[in-house]
Amino acid sequence: MCLGVPGKVLSIEENPLGITIGKVSFGGIVKEVCLAYVPDVQVGDYVVVHVGFAISKIDEEQAKSFFEFLGQIEQELEDKP
Amino acid sequence: MKFVDEYRREEDARKLIAAIHRLVTKPWTIMEVCGGQTHTILKSGIDRLLPPEVTVVHGPGCPVCVTPLELIDKAIALARMPRIIFTSFGDMLRVPGSDGDLLSVKAQGGDVRMVYSPLDALRLAQKNPEREIVFFAVGFETTAPANAMAIWQARQMGLKNFSVLCAQVRVPPAIELILNDPHNKVQGFIAAGHVCTVMGYWEYEPIAEKYRVPIVVTGFEPLDLLQGIYMVLRALEEGRWGVENQYVRSVRREGNLQAQRLMGEVFQICDRQWRGIGLVRGGGLCLKPEFSEFDAERRFGLQGITVSESPVCIAGDILQGKKKPYDCPAFGRDCTPEHPLGAPMVSSEGACAAYYQYGRER
Repeated sequence: MCLGVPGKVLSIEENPLGITIGKVSFGGIVKEVCLAYVPDVQVGDYVVVHVGFAISKIDEEQAKSFFEFLGQIEQELEDKP
Repeated sequence: MKFVDEYRREEDARKLIAAIHRLVTKPWTIMEVCGGQTHTILKSGIDRLLPPEVTVVHGPGCPVCVTPLELIDKAIALARMPRIIFTSFGDMLRVPGSDGDLLSVKAQGGDVRMVYSPLDALRLAQKNPEREIVFFAVGFETTAPANAMAIWQARQMGLKNFSVLCAQVRVPPAIELILNDPHNKVQGFIAAGHVCTVMGYWEYEPIAEKYRVPIVVTGFEPLDLLQGIYMVLRALEEGRWGVENQYVRSVRREGNLQAQRLMGEVFQICDRQWRGIGLVRGGGLCLKPEFSEFDAERRFGLQGITVSESPVCIAGDILQGKKKPYDCPAFGRDCTPEHPLGAPMVSSEGACAAYYQYGRER
């Protein structure tokens, strides 16, 4: 139910009600997604999509912290096998 | 796919598992709240790779499972009405009511349609002005902004033939319910990353302080979960409590303020019955009075529904992490995904369905 899938924003437009919508690609499958909840989103950004709505813009800078953590773990395992 | 594949690498998983094994010195019980995370843990075999000292129990984070029987029965009653097109996410269609499920109503000629988004239900209402379209608004805080937007748009468009059967639920009261249980064994929590994407995690900070438990907001891929489990175990080993965020690429402390704003316009917090658990104070979201015209229960006057629950199913104990699915006498025998007695065996997020699918037996 809380499934969220990351996808890349290909285009952004407004629907007749003034709601921001866009085309989002999920590994090549393109869907129309409501972008109203990610107002600062731009073409090329990645968003997490749940039931047709983008609920967050993925922070690519923050995403790097996972790999820094992984690097620390690798270092610890090498230092004390 | 970017932001998926890099969190599924086996060699990285091995490193994290090794780090967890080196970290753990005592027995710990941790709970992942979200059913989506339950399935990742079992599908990837994380539960079998953790040190024997670590027990992972599964929480009530399956909105399909906790939707009260009375609302399932009301959904079935609505779906049987000839004028109504009843729309729902797919995982609600096979949840057993007192007598049958939505899919059996469809088989008997009821107009039941699966939708991927509440906006699909809205489009159906536009296209079928002579029919009443009812949407089953189920879900935690992740789904609430989508459902709020559909209701808000229906009002903007002046749609008179759209309404929702509201079964929205909230996570924080459920965590408190578990921690308040005198027999509670859970020492740390993996919190649901997409609920927190919407709501942030400021709501969890007073809970972590009050009960002195570590809570780690975590994503859904196998490596996300391994990092989240590492972080919660590290806090436990070091005697720390508080809220940490593993899912930093999607979650900020304040959450998604735009989503919260529209949720606040359409919904208000209310008490709600949770299936298998009972009344959860503040456990639900209901329509605000100014949106009551979109309340299907009010519109169609669904009175006199009497419910009858399976006497065998122990879903309540499973949803609170008190028992494992294989502790149920019906598990895998009288209760299977093909013939479910309770919702946790139906839902793609239910713990029983996960244990059955991935062959976890005592």
